[in-house]
Amino acid sequence: MPLKKMLLSASLLGLFAVLGTSLVAFTYESTRERIAQNERDTLVHSLSALIPPEHYDNDPVTDSTAVTDAALLGSPLPQQVYRARKNGQPVALALTAIAPDGYSGDINLLIAINLDGSLAGVRITAHRETPGLGDKIEAARSGWVHGFAGRSLRDPLPEKWKVKKDGGVFDQFTGATVTPRAVVKAVRNALGYYQQHRDTLFDSGDATAAQQEAPHGG
Amino acid sequence: MADKTLRQIAGDGLWHNNVAFVQILGLCPLLAVTSNVVNGLGLGLATLLTLVLSNVTVSAIRNLIRPDIRIPVFVLLIASIVTAIELAMNAWFHELHGILGIFIALIVTNCSILGRAEAFASKNSIGRSFVDGLTMGLGFAAALVLLGAMRELLGAGTLFDQAHLMFGEAARTFRLTVFEDYKGFLLAILPPGAFIGLGLLIALKNVIDQRRASVPQPAPAAAELAAE
Repeated sequence: MPLKKMLLSASLLGLFAVLGTSLVAFTYESTRERIAQNERDTLVHSLSALIPPEHYDNDPVTDSTAVTDAALLGSPLPQQVYRARKNGQPVALALTAIAPDGYSGDINLLIAINLDGSLAGVRITAHRETPGLGDKIEAARSGWVHGFAGRSLRDPLPEKWKVKKDGGVFDQFTGATVTPRAVVKAVRNALGYYQQHRDTLFDSGDATAAQQEAPHGG
Repeated sequence: MADKTLRQIAGDGLWHNNVAFVQILGLCPLLAVTSNVVNGLGLGLATLLTLVLSNVTVSAIRNLIRPDIRIPVFVLLIASIVTAIELAMNAWFHELHGILGIFIALIVTNCSILGRAEAFASKNSIGRSFVDGLTMGLGFAAALVLLGAMRELLGAGTLFDQAHLMFGEAARTFRLTVFEDYKGFLLAILPPGAFIGLGLLIALKNVIDQRRASVPQPAPAAAELAAE
């Protein structure tokens, strides 16, 4: 008798597991395209804020590749590079990078660099910095992040790529130095990465085409 | 239990047995996301929807479930419902989903949902469980919105900031700047402000309850108040 009871309970439990999984699978299927579209829209929106759309005629979101450099891009995971071209000629690229030493963990950045190595602009895409202090790095909250536009490793020179408190040229915030310090360092490193890999970053061989499948799969 | 009227069930959910102020459940999301009204409302509505769906489902299968497997089955159902809601939010309220992030998934761990399934829905009809889920959820959402309003007002001097994340671009105008040139009061926005704010709101509710208990009122009026 107990065996029969156990089997009944087990099959009931199994039945509900199937029901629950079906519900999730059905919702996933019916929202998948919309979610992918949302993520794409958000990305296109931030890209066009950094690189003016009239400067390129390709689709940087599909013309993307993945690169990995734990030291300069702040993460052992692959980072995305979106490439903007006009008439097939490279114009600029935007790459994702991480400032790993924020006040509350990682700060995710989208850094757009013109072909000549100057910054087209920087945006913060995700962070957990203190509201009211560190969150001034967001473009929506203060103009601080716009101060990067036009800068390069020649302006200022690499040793001046610091916040003013550390002897550099970038402003810190009252009561929050750690956050801007982390962002400045990450942007400088990303520029350094671009300088080293400039010649290969715009290459679109079969190898990079194969690479872009993976990050977009999820 | 069985002879509670619908009005009593509603009164319990909204006031006498409020999830946040009386049962003190679901504190992790309550304290974490209520830095402004819109975040509070977003999580409140998601929790409300979860409570209603899970109560109705649990009630519908209450005669089918054997007592020894009821808890795993409830947990399974709640987890599936929350995952479905999270996907739906990501599809239709993408930016708000980005802000509430992990706390949507963490609705699963809100004890009040399993609590209502076990304590109420597994013993009551579908209709009554629906009312219980609806009012418990509304009570919790009201607490989130109240605490969010209090913290946003004290912390930033505004109300309904970022309403466009929920209601579309037109809602940018919902933003009310209550104090012009407000310097901000950081403590209210930081986590300690959430604890202090919740403490003050619970104290306020207790004061109101004591006042009402000490002033004898005709019964219908009291029920009226409770249903508000």
